[in-house]
Amino acid sequence: MKAIVFVEQRDGNIKKSSCEAIHAAASRFGSCTAVVIGPDLGDAYAGLGAYGASKVIAVTGDGLENYSVTAYAKAFSGVVQELGADVVLFSATAMAKDLAPRVAIRLDAALASDCTELTVQGDEVIATRPVYAGKAFITVTLATPVKIFSLRPNVFTIGETSDAQAEVEKRAPDLSDDDFVVRVVETKMASGRKDVVEADVIVSGGRGMGAPENWRLIEELADVLDAATGASRAVVDAGWRPHAEQVGQTGKTVAPSLYIACGISGAIQHLAGMSSSKCIVAINKDPEAPIFKVADYGIIGDVMEVLPALTNEIKSVVGK
Amino acid sequence: MNIFVCISHVPDSTTKVRVGPSGKEIDEEGVTFILNPYDEYAVEAALQMKEKQGGEVTAVCVGNDAVKETIRKALAMGVDKGLLIKAERSRDSFGIAHAIADTLRDRSPDVIFCGKQSIDYDSSQVAGMLGELLGFPSVSAIVGLEVDGDGNITLERDIEGGQEISKTKLPAVLSTDKGLNEPRYPKLQGIMAAKRKPIEETEAAPYENRVQVMEMRLPPAKDAGKIVGEGVDAVPELVKLLHEEAKVI
Repeated sequence: MKAIVFVEQRDGNIKKSSCEAIHAAASRFGSCTAVVIGPDLGDAYAGLGAYGASKVIAVTGDGLENYSVTAYAKAFSGVVQELGADVVLFSATAMAKDLAPRVAIRLDAALASDCTELTVQGDEVIATRPVYAGKAFITVTLATPVKIFSLRPNVFTIGETSDAQAEVEKRAPDLSDDDFVVRVVETKMASGRKDVVEADVIVSGGRGMGAPENWRLIEELADVLDAATGASRAVVDAGWRPHAEQVGQTGKTVAPSLYIACGISGAIQHLAGMSSSKCIVAINKDPEAPIFKVADYGIIGDVMEVLPALTNEIKSVVGK
Repeated sequence: MNIFVCISHVPDSTTKVRVGPSGKEIDEEGVTFILNPYDEYAVEAALQMKEKQGGEVTAVCVGNDAVKETIRKALAMGVDKGLLIKAERSRDSFGIAHAIADTLRDRSPDVIFCGKQSIDYDSSQVAGMLGELLGFPSVSAIVGLEVDGDGNITLERDIEGGQEISKTKLPAVLSTDKGLNEPRYPKLQGIMAAKRKPIEETEAAPYENRVQVMEMRLPPAKDAGKIVGEGVDAVPELVKLLHEEAKVI
């Protein structure tokens, strides 16, 4: 099977989760071609060979420096048609959620979103994806000649990288102004901290934090662990934290290596969004809180006292 | 303005999921269905657009007779009329997008709102597919929306670690995320009025799912973990376990 991976770049940086998708493709289909749209990144393209891309198609042209769902869908679908791929992979980022459905229509291909497993059995590609925010999983096959899968970031590992260099080819698609009917005019990045879906460690807070100003304790711990900060729905609805931080059924579903739940009781919607984290720590003063049922390690106690002590102890262990 | 809002009928977010007898979908016995939470932002955006620009709002839902109950919820919020596209319950996103595109193509929509995803299958596909099928621009998961008198729109959406601002023009398909607005609660008067509002019914063309579900299963049950202790005294032991046993720090 011939696989193509859409590689996302923003401001000249290639997304780590796109490298996860390249590795997933190369390890399952033998090799893959990576397609990157945007400004010319020069040497960075050949470097994608390290993750398993045998070839990189760099698509550049006027207007393609910034994301445009319509232009990117046309340009990317054109490359896939030209190369004749059977399988197309995306990393399920905000861009892919916007772009992949349009590509699916253009390629007359079925799309399985946000997959957490992908296996090849003979001619079949079988994907597993969470539904109901992770309360259940479905295994699916796609009944179209071209099959598109988007992979949940942070779930597929990058594996061992090599020093292989990919062969790079350039393309300059023929696009008109009409193809740019939607275009991004500005990107505003928040300072430093990672997004919950991309982070390897998340420190998350709920009602038990008492007040929004107490979030400095969450942030201090997050700083030590280079973690993202998360929040329960209750504190987002109360306006203490932005929705982008919400973990759970009407927020984001996450699977970091370490999830530290501080003052979160563990409503079913929240548990659905984080229970596939590899290691869960819960700090809560209520020993009956449902969060303890999914936690690997728990401390019963007041977050206001436990958090500063935890931050200090981790500092001394990790030597920061 | 001819405004459409696509809505879904989904199990309440407090539902404890059980796998049904087919082994491929949930057991709906005893499950309460609601208007998909992300669609509430879509309905609110549609109503606000009508209030500013005039026109009419139609709520569109693909499903069986049971979804009329959910269409009535949108009508109670202030939507003018309903449009039920009758189809089997378990259509995939492509089947739903196709049914909506086929139905709306000749009705000259100016704008079509959708929730960014339904909280059952979480696919985030219908809005983009609908845009491509109708030849309209699409922007997904918006948290900000401004429209000028000439149909130019400016949108804000969350991306990893920030926001992106995009521009496009009507007609367009827009999917809505939490944070875009505060959906209104239906008032008693609205609930009464909803009973008299029309729901038109059409039939979707037959369709076979392209995404074929082989099996649905529950995540493996997790053993309850270890309570390390109480209060600050337990902290050194916790950090030791995270460092040496779990090896996550």
